[in-house]
Amino acid sequence: MSDFINNFWSIFIASITVVGIAGCAILLWLTSKMKITGGNDGTSGHVWDEDLKEMNNPLPFWWVGLFVLTIIFAFGYLYIFPGLGSYDGSKSWSSVAQHDEQVADANAELAPVYAKFADMKIEDMAAMPEVKAIGERLYMNNCAQCHASDARGTRGFPNLTDHDWLYGGSPETIQTTITGGRNGMMPPMGAMVGSDEEISNLAHYVLSLSGSQHDADKAAAGQEKFAVCAACHGPEGKGNQALGAPNLADNIWLHGAGEAAIISRIKEGKMNQMPAQKGRLTPEQIKVLAAYVWGFSNLAAE
Amino acid sequence: MTQEAKALREEAKSPVNEEVISLYQSQEKIYPRSVSGYFAKWRWVIIWLTQLFFYGVPWIQWGQRQAFLFDLEAKRFYIFNLVLYPQDLIYLTAILIISALSLFLFTAVMGRLWCGYSCPQTVYTEIFMWIERVIEGDRPKRMKLDAAPWSIKKLLTKSSKQFAWLVFAFWTGFTFVGYFTPIRELMADFTQMQVGSWDLFWVLFYGFATYGNAGYMREQVCKYMCPYARFQSAMFDNDTLMVTYDEGRGEPRGAGSRKNTTKTEGLGDCIDCSLCVQVCPTGIDIRDGLQYECIGCGACADVCNTVMDKINKPHGLVKYTTLNAVNQGWSRLDMMKRIFRPRVLIYSAVLWTLIIAVGVSLWHRPLFKVDIVRDRQVLARLVEGGMLENIYRMQIMNATESTHEYQVKVSGLEDMQVSMEGAKKDNLIKVAPAEARWIVVSVDVPDGSAEPGSHPIVFDIQSLDSQEVISEESIFLVPR
Repeated sequence: MSDFINNFWSIFIASITVVGIAGCAILLWLTSKMKITGGNDGTSGHVWDEDLKEMNNPLPFWWVGLFVLTIIFAFGYLYIFPGLGSYDGSKSWSSVAQHDEQVADANAELAPVYAKFADMKIEDMAAMPEVKAIGERLYMNNCAQCHASDARGTRGFPNLTDHDWLYGGSPETIQTTITGGRNGMMPPMGAMVGSDEEISNLAHYVLSLSGSQHDADKAAAGQEKFAVCAACHGPEGKGNQALGAPNLADNIWLHGAGEAAIISRIKEGKMNQMPAQKGRLTPEQIKVLAAYVWGFSNLAAE
Repeated sequence: MTQEAKALREEAKSPVNEEVISLYQSQEKIYPRSVSGYFAKWRWVIIWLTQLFFYGVPWIQWGQRQAFLFDLEAKRFYIFNLVLYPQDLIYLTAILIISALSLFLFTAVMGRLWCGYSCPQTVYTEIFMWIERVIEGDRPKRMKLDAAPWSIKKLLTKSSKQFAWLVFAFWTGFTFVGYFTPIRELMADFTQMQVGSWDLFWVLFYGFATYGNAGYMREQVCKYMCPYARFQSAMFDNDTLMVTYDEGRGEPRGAGSRKNTTKTEGLGDCIDCSLCVQVCPTGIDIRDGLQYECIGCGACADVCNTVMDKINKPHGLVKYTTLNAVNQGWSRLDMMKRIFRPRVLIYSAVLWTLIIAVGVSLWHRPLFKVDIVRDRQVLARLVEGGMLENIYRMQIMNATESTHEYQVKVSGLEDMQVSMEGAKKDNLIKVAPAEARWIVVSVDVPDGSAEPGSHPIVFDIQSLDSQEVISEESIFLVPR
């Protein structure tokens, strides 16, 4: 693989490198001795400003030996590793290959840790201190950015510690969710519902489902229109985990509570995405993470 | 062109007087003669003290663990009952500054005292030379042995010296690693041939460095590698003690004769026995004056005094003295008085201030540390009961070796409530010995009770056992 369109630059750089190293050796040899006139008095023989002389402080030979070693090292290095233009070196070393190798080594080292979870049920794993420790680190590195350090989420990012699940809270479902991600999609329903007045009435009916503060007359007027919502959210507004349609009858509002927020959901719809983790985490890691997340709402508090 | 100019040109061309000199030189092996005396005794006292400390300390046990253990992997330094975290790096800085100031102070007063008596290079060279002397004999024997052709006896002598050197160097490397890996476990690992590769590398590396530097490089390290050696002379002044040959008393030097006193007439006290040159570990002649190679060890002073004893002359032809004392003929007392000069007093004052400050700071050092990190994702959220919530991650670092409970309180806004995952009632957090524990902390205020914006708040974490309180500042965000 060459980084250049032709060989010129590769040869150019290789020559500069070799000439540079050879130059060091020549310099070392050239500066090993000097000619003086007028007898050896321990000075270099130069006189400046009438009487200023330079002492000859010879360099010890072992130090010269170190210089020679660096030159030998340089050639050895350039033979083994890439450095001479586009020459790959005898080991064909590359930082990418080294990274892959280290990742493989690390995975091999971790394999026995994960191997013992292979035949275990996620429910049984959740309470293991080891799973909690690994799960916490995985969670903090991969999940806490959205779902928060305490896993209770924030607006738009679901709380993982309650029993309200958009797609289901069984360990296997959680595993599926982490692996493949989820795409939540509520289409804009404004046109199907009708006028602003009718949308407002529908919003009050939705609020009445969870017993939130609402206008009973408006809610009664809006009940009829709920039929368009029931297709996904169910006739009683209890939601549908197969579609990821949230339960409207509890008091959990992922995208904001109150009339205004509900009206804008009806009018604008909502797209919400949980990214798939399968490329970033191994299936073994995801299983541990699923056990950890499942444990939030299913393990008795300490 | 005149005749004269022509002659000049000819002269410049001619190779008369031309000579080629080498700008490299091979190291001349130095065979220092053994020396005994006042200063040599002090050097051995210091060698014993420093080496008993170095080789002995890793073996001291303190409770369940090694008293001195620098556990790099767990990032904890244990020194008796002190548990240091990486956050305590400031103490290392303090030790380095104290060491530097001590070097300034000792150098101003006594010249290269460090070089001559306590530098590891000197200490290990002295030990290696002692081994060499025991096996190969003193200077004349060693020179003879090296000059002799190879024989079974020479091979045996040389190889037993090498063996003794290597064993000692290996033990030094082993002890060094014993400060970082528990030395008793390391010992067991070695006896079972199961040493970790990094432990083995450092044992061999440190051992090899000791062997090479103390066995072969010796004075070359001081002359060519050591930066201190060069800049210490910049800290000398005219009142700094240094090893000096009393030229006025010694010159003109000459052997003289005990029987024929006329031969001795007009000669100085120096009998030119050259012993001062033979004992010098850097191979210089102190009678040439102060030289950068001189490490101030006083070997020449010791040996000269024994010679003065033999010829019934007073001690001190070569001695520790100052330039001012020599030039102005001061008495010893006058010279000693100059120790209390402003430069030395200032160094001492700064040094003592630092030592006391570090001591006090270590004494009053809290037995735990706290770090509060505001959760970056969740600005604020509404939770059940109409509360506005902010999330923090708190790390409590227990710097003791027993389990402690810590109570967390928060203040700064009205009706603030704090709750923690995994905490017992009353917000008590239990932290295991020398453990650093992360806990997620939720802080709630009633929605609408605080103005929108950022509010400074303070976490007070109290250790229930020592009653110490650490306060950490953070902010609480209220959205618009």
